[in-house]
Amino acid sequence: MVVALEDILQRHPVWRGGASFSRAAVVPSGFSVLDGELPGGGWPTGGLTEILGLQQGIGELRLLLPALAALTTAGKRVIWLAPPHLPYAPALAAAGVDLARLAVVRAPGRRDSLWAAEQALRSGTCHALLAWFYNARYAELRRLAVAAEASCALVALFRPREAARESSPACLRIALEPVQGELAVRILKRRGAPAAAPLRVPLKSPLHALGRSPSSPPVSRDARARRSLGLPVHA
Amino acid sequence: MRLFGGLEHLLERLREGLDAMELTAQLAVAPAARAALWRARGNGARLEELPLAVTGFDDDAFFKNIGISTIGELLKLPRDGLARRCGPALLDDLDRALGTVPEAREYFMPPPRFAAKLELPAEVSHADGLLFAARRLLVQLEGLLAARHAGVRGFTLILLQSEASTVVEVRLASPAREAERLGQLLREKLATLSLSCPVEAIRLEAGDFSPLHARTAGMFGDALAEDEGWRRLAERLQARLGPDAVYGLATHPDHRPEYSWRRVEPGEWDPREFRHPGPRPLWLLQAPRPMREDDLQLLAGPERIECGWWDGDDARRDYFIARFSDSSLGWVYCEAGAWFLHGLFA
Repeated sequence: MVVALEDILQRHPVWRGGASFSRAAVVPSGFSVLDGELPGGGWPTGGLTEILGLQQGIGELRLLLPALAALTTAGKRVIWLAPPHLPYAPALAAAGVDLARLAVVRAPGRRDSLWAAEQALRSGTCHALLAWFYNARYAELRRLAVAAEASCALVALFRPREAARESSPACLRIALEPVQGELAVRILKRRGAPAAAPLRVPLKSPLHALGRSPSSPPVSRDARARRSLGLPVHA
Repeated sequence: MRLFGGLEHLLERLREGLDAMELTAQLAVAPAARAALWRARGNGARLEELPLAVTGFDDDAFFKNIGISTIGELLKLPRDGLARRCGPALLDDLDRALGTVPEAREYFMPPPRFAAKLELPAEVSHADGLLFAARRLLVQLEGLLAARHAGVRGFTLILLQSEASTVVEVRLASPAREAERLGQLLREKLATLSLSCPVEAIRLEAGDFSPLHARTAGMFGDALAEDEGWRRLAERLQARLGPDAVYGLATHPDHRPEYSWRRVEPGEWDPREFRHPGPRPLWLLQAPRPMREDDLQLLAGPERIECGWWDGDDARRDYFIARFSDSSLGWVYCEAGAWFLHGLFA
C-alpha cells in the first residue's frame, strides 16, 4: 500500500518545526497581539496552558478575562480550582462574565486539587479550568494533560516562575512580567516555531474606567483629605 | 408477557432480583392472583391438591368434620348447599381463585422510607469491604425507589462498631436511584474515613424521596444531559472535598466590598440584580491586610464607602487604586488613619 506523506501529515497531528500548528480548536484570547502569536489564533483547548509567575496583581487574570467572558456567555462552564484569593464577583460580572456559569472549587491539598482537576476534565462538562498549582510533578501534569486531551477544555495552570526550568507536558507555556504598567507576555513554548520577542498585551486597566491613562500623574496625597476628586461617595 | 420475553424469562428476572436482595421466596404461577398466592403458600402444588389451610377460610373445623381436606374436594361440593352452609363469601373467594370472577386487588404501596440493616459475616475495617456490603443494601434501595418512581437526594450509612457507631452522610445534587451512582459517591466518602475499630454491621437509611422519571440520555450532547453531568461532577467533588468546597458566585447589592458578593449554589445568579460599581479588583483578600503607607503610589481615588451603620458592621473607608514597588496594582483603603490592602487588580 502506498501512502503519500502528505496524507499522513494531514491525518495525524505531526508537529513540524517552522510551521505553526493550527488544527486544534482554540478560544480567541481577545487580544490581537496575542492571538497573532498563539498557534491557531487563541488559547489552545485539549491541552495544558501553563502561566508561569505567581506574582499577583499584574494582570494575570485580566489576560484570560475576555476568553472567560466569551465562554460563559455562550453557556459554557468555567471552573476555578484552588484560587489563592476570593474571586470577586462584582469585578467578574462587570467584565462580562456570566457568573451563573462559573464555579469555584476549594481543594485543601495538592493531591486533592489534582484529583479534582482530573474529575472536572473527565466529566466533559467543564469548558475552561483555571487551576493554581504551587508544586506539581511531571507525572502528575502528564496525567492532567491526558485528561485535558480528552476534554476539549481550555486548561490554564498558574504555576511559579521557577517551574520554567522543569520540563512540562503543556502545549503552551507563557511567562508574565509587568513592564512599565503594562503586561509583557513571553511565550516559552508553543506548538510550532518558537516565538521571538516578548509581547506587550494592552490589558484593560482599572484606571481606564475612570478616564485616566495609566501614566497619568499619581493622586497627590492632599487629595485624600479633600474628597473632591475621583469617584462618587457611597453613603 | 411478550415484553418480558416469555414466562420463563420473567421468572428468571424475578429470581435474580430476589437473590440480589437475599430474600427467600416461593414462586408460583396461576391464571388468577389469588390462586397463585395459594399455590405459593402450598409450595407450588396443583390447585386441586392444595390443603384447605392455605386459603385461610374460617370454616376449617367444619370441613374437617365432613371429610374435606383439599380444594379439589371442596370444588366438587354442590354450590348452593355450600352457599347456604358457609355464606356467599367463601364461594366468591373460590370463584376469584378460579378466575371466573375478576378480583380487584389493592396495589402494594412500598413504605416512603428505607431502612435496612446488614450483619457482616466478619468484622470489616477497610473501605472496599464496607462498600461491597453496602452495595447489597443499595440494590434494595434502588428496587424500592424504582417501584415508587422516585429518587433520593441523600442517604445515610451507619457503621455499627462494637462500642460506637460512625455515620456517613451522602448528599446528592439531583435525585437518583441507580445503585451504581450511589455506590460511587459512597466510595469517595468512605475513602476519606478513618475507622477506629472494625465494623460489625451496617445500616442504610434513606428518606426524603422525590419523584424521578427514568430519562434516557440524549444522543447528541443536549443541554439537559450536560446539566446532569455537571451536577454529578459537583456531587462527586463535594463527596470528597466537603459540601462547602464547590460554590458559585453572585453579586449582592451592598456598597461594602466584602458584602457585595455571596457564595451561592453554582448557577444561582440573576444578572438583572447587578449594578455596575466603580473599578473593582478581581481578587479580594480574605481579610484586609494592614500595610505601611509609604510602600505605595496612589493612582486614583478616593472612592468613599460609608455604609452599614445599621447592621453593626460600620464601614467608613476611602478606597484608592495603588501601585506597589513590584508594579502590581492593588485596591487599598484608609480607615481612621490606618491603611489596608483589600484587593488585587489581577
